Amino acid sequence: MNRIYLIIAGMAAATYIPRLLPFTLLKNRSPSKYLDRFLKLIPYTALGALILPGIFTAVPDMPIAGITGGAVALAICFVRGGTILPIFGAILTSYIIIAL
Amino acid sequence: MAITEFEQANSIACPLIQCLSFCHALKINTIAEQEPFMDDSLQSNIKKKSAFKTGIKAGLPIVIGYFPIALAFGILSKTTGITLLESIMFSSIVYAGASQFMALTMIAMATGTLGIVLTTFLVNFRHFLMSASISGKIKSKKISILPLIAFGITDETFSVASFSKERLVPGFMIGLELAAYLSWNTGTAAGYLLGSTLPESIQASMGIALYAMFIALVTPMAKKSLKIASLVILSGIVNSLVERFASVPRGWGIIIAIMSVSILGVFIFNDEEAKEL
Repeated sequence: MNRIYLIIAGMAAATYIPRLLPFTLLKNRSPSKYLDRFLKLIPYTALGALILPGIFTAVPDMPIAGITGGAVALAICFVRGGTILPIFGAILTSYIIIAL
Repeated sequence: MAITEFEQANSIACPLIQCLSFCHALKINTIAEQEPFMDDSLQSNIKKKSAFKTGIKAGLPIVIGYFPIALAFGILSKTTGITLLESIMFSSIVYAGASQFMALTMIAMATGTLGIVLTTFLVNFRHFLMSASISGKIKSKKISILPLIAFGITDETFSVASFSKERLVPGFMIGLELAAYLSWNTGTAAGYLLGSTLPESIQASMGIALYAMFIALVTPMAKKSLKIASLVILSGIVNSLVERFASVPRGWGIIIAIMSVSILGVFIFNDEEAKEL
């Protein structure tokens, strides 16, 4: 068999199993107070770790473009909220800085 | 004789009338029972459709963020020397963002199959924590749909769903995940076939899109609570420090950050604050 297909099959299993397992393990079970709180905190801590330090290399050749773009997104969130506007604000900012 | 005839006629007619009126009553009953039932199923159909649409709309920022990255994957997979079919299979069957790029690099470096699969497992194990967090929030009577929802869990769909104000019914989740999935796969095919990205400065500036989305998702809650804001930032700092100074496999900085800071968070919130999470 083609080695690439073997890699794809192996990677698919290695990716899917961690995604699937919690759905089968935690269904029909009410977690304790502390486990519940732990699970509810994961979105916040995950987002923190997804943003930092990745944002410094979001624009690989020009870290300052990524950082400024992120700062503009944050500023728009504080003033206006929403999702689409901060994204386009960030892209536009990065674009201007790269083009400068 | 006349009386008995009448009685006879009556005794035949009566059950008939009774039967008719019973049938009539039954009919009314069944209609009375059916109408609200039909109404319910109609309503739930409308609800299902609108939840699906709402999900697709919620996925729009991911569609924007995924497309240029998928384009880049398509182009890189062509230069690595794999076929179009294999490239699309990576995106449609593995569907794993950064680890697809890593796989291309490792294929080019002639890394062994087992090494590639193990690396993928380590890099993507963070989704175990994300699935664990979100699986409890998904309101579904049908268990058979859950494996499909699990397949679509990525950093981005998890983030959007977690901070969505919508009820996490299957329709919403499938809409959200399908939008992201289609963007990733059309981007891959387009990149491979067209062989060129967007103009370089646009492609580079779009690298910020998903980070801006993450910021936009977490800021409203972080604004409301200093404790939450501190946890978000602390988790980012832990991840940065681990990635910079500790020699852990790639992708484990985020797992260490999520585990340690979430456990810390369990103790700094009281019951009242925890309800707001």
